[in-house]
Amino acid sequence: MKFSTFFYTLKQGFVSIFRNKWYSLASVATISACLLLFGVFYSVVANFQYIVKMAQEGVSVTVFFDEGLSDDRIAEIGDIITKRPEVARINFVSADEAWESFKDEYLGEYADGFGDDNPIADSANYEVYLKDVSKQEELVKYLKGVDGVREVNHSDITANTLSGMNKLISYVSLAVIGILLAVSIFLISNTVTIGISVRKEEINIMKYIGATDFFVRAPFVFEGILIGIIGCLPPLVAIYFVYQHVIDYLSTRFTMLSQLLKFLTVSQIFQVLLPVSLAIGIGIGFIGSFSTVRKHIRV
Amino acid sequence: MITLEHVSKTYSTGAPALNDVSLHIEPGEFVFIVGDSGSGKSTLIKLLLRELMPTSGSITVNGINVAALKHREIPMYRRKLGVVFQDFRLLKDRNVYENVAFAQRIIQTPGREIKKNVPSILSTVGLAGKYKARPKQLSGGEQQRVALARALVNNPPILLADEPTGNLDPNNSWEIMKLFEEINEAGTTVVVVTHNREIVNAMRKRVIAMNKGVIVSDQKEGTYVDEI
Ligand SMILES: Nc1ncnc2c1ncn2[C@@H]1O[C@H](COP(=O)(O)OP(=O)(O)O)[C@@H](O)[C@H]1O
Ligand SMILES: [Mg+2]
Repeated sequence: MKFSTFFYTLKQGFVSIFRNKWYSLASVATISACLLLFGVFYSVVANFQYIVKMAQEGVSVTVFFDEGLSDDRIAEIGDIITKRPEVARINFVSADEAWESFKDEYLGEYADGFGDDNPIADSANYEVYLKDVSKQEELVKYLKGVDGVREVNHSDITANTLSGMNKLISYVSLAVIGILLAVSIFLISNTVTIGISVRKEEINIMKYIGATDFFVRAPFVFEGILIGIIGCLPPLVAIYFVYQHVIDYLSTRFTMLSQLLKFLTVSQIFQVLLPVSLAIGIGIGFIGSFSTVRKHIRV
Repeated sequence: MITLEHVSKTYSTGAPALNDVSLHIEPGEFVFIVGDSGSGKSTLIKLLLRELMPTSGSITVNGINVAALKHREIPMYRRKLGVVFQDFRLLKDRNVYENVAFAQRIIQTPGREIKKNVPSILSTVGLAGKYKARPKQLSGGEQQRVALARALVNNPPILLADEPTGNLDPNNSWEIMKLFEEINEAGTTVVVVTHNREIVNAMRKRVIAMNKGVIVSDQKEGTYVDEI
């Protein structure tokens, strides 16, 4: 493409947007509405998954050892556990540490009566954190069979609830994103068709004079892309400014949950939302205009 | 320059619009095509523009076998044909200058040359000073001049016109026809479909008469032929 043609294309794209104000506005509004829904939905789902993930990371399996087990064997068991694929990391808690944390948590100042004695001398353990809580049951079964392991503590309810919730959220988000995309493509193709019917004559005239398909299409397609980009802006700006307020409100309103509810920051949300919104907006604008112009271009 | 050999065209509905038409037009000729409405004149023009494909027969224009053109070759082919219609077919939302410049942009003429060529062709058709007007702000005669300027700006060897004066008053009709004649004298082959008896009789050009899809007469320096 020659330089002059390139500039002609850009100019016509811009001119066309202003010339067909209402058509452009309708298209921008459609894309904006879809992307706003998408953005809100993404923010909610991303936070949900984040909360679940945080909670998951807190879930651990505790492994206690046979009485008087040697330090070497304990280290060996540590290696065995670490090598399991579903294990994220393990943490060795010595008997003294276990006693300290027990004191802190349950006894407070009354602990002084015990002096320097450790009444739970055999409470050294590994805290095992999983990559994927749904594998917990399997891991527990395995650990119980390991030589030198006395007891394995775990909480089925938390693990199952979390992995179930995670699955549910994934399915729901897939379904909703699918519906949103279908709706937006339907709306866009309608809007573009209305716009194109106005210009059908124009396209035919261009073809009579000997314009190539590319020359006729390029300004329309550029226009579609531009509309897509413009359509991205309102929802992104809106979410950017509203998001922080909502997070602040939730955190102050439900203070007792603030331990459990950890929210993503605006910039964490935008790391994904910005490129994905742009891609969707440009994609819809491109596909909508390209396919519709193509349909009407054969003379 | 233009050769039709046993060309027939039948639309999906009904009788043939063209029936075994053979015709030869030499470079530099000025040809009127006359005939009642429905006799196949527009169909003939559409075949030459490759808007339609012939049902049978062969069409050669500028040495090109028109029916054999691939879709992507059509634009190149059409750039060798200037074309003018009864309803002008201007781009409504562009001004006079842009309408004419458009034909040059299509063939990627450098901007500098467009700025020279467009004013020059506009003054040839008598529209200097109306560059910025929109088609809506022009009379029918003026709009047809814009269309003519657009058809001519790329110097096509052939000019086709389908009832170019059908929407014009007698004065404007005469002026447009005079322009065609000038263009023809400058070397362009001109084919004009028309109903304008007075002009055809006065200009004494070759006249091809059609009726019901066949050529019924072909006269050198002829006159308008009534239905036979
Ligand atoms: N698109 C079409 N579909 C079907 N029939 C058509 C079409 N265009 C023209 N015809 C028919 O073909 C014949 C010739 O039409 P046309 O070439 O337009 O004649 P003219 O230009 O001489 O008035 C007419 O009978 C007309 O009804
Ligand atoms: Mg006709």
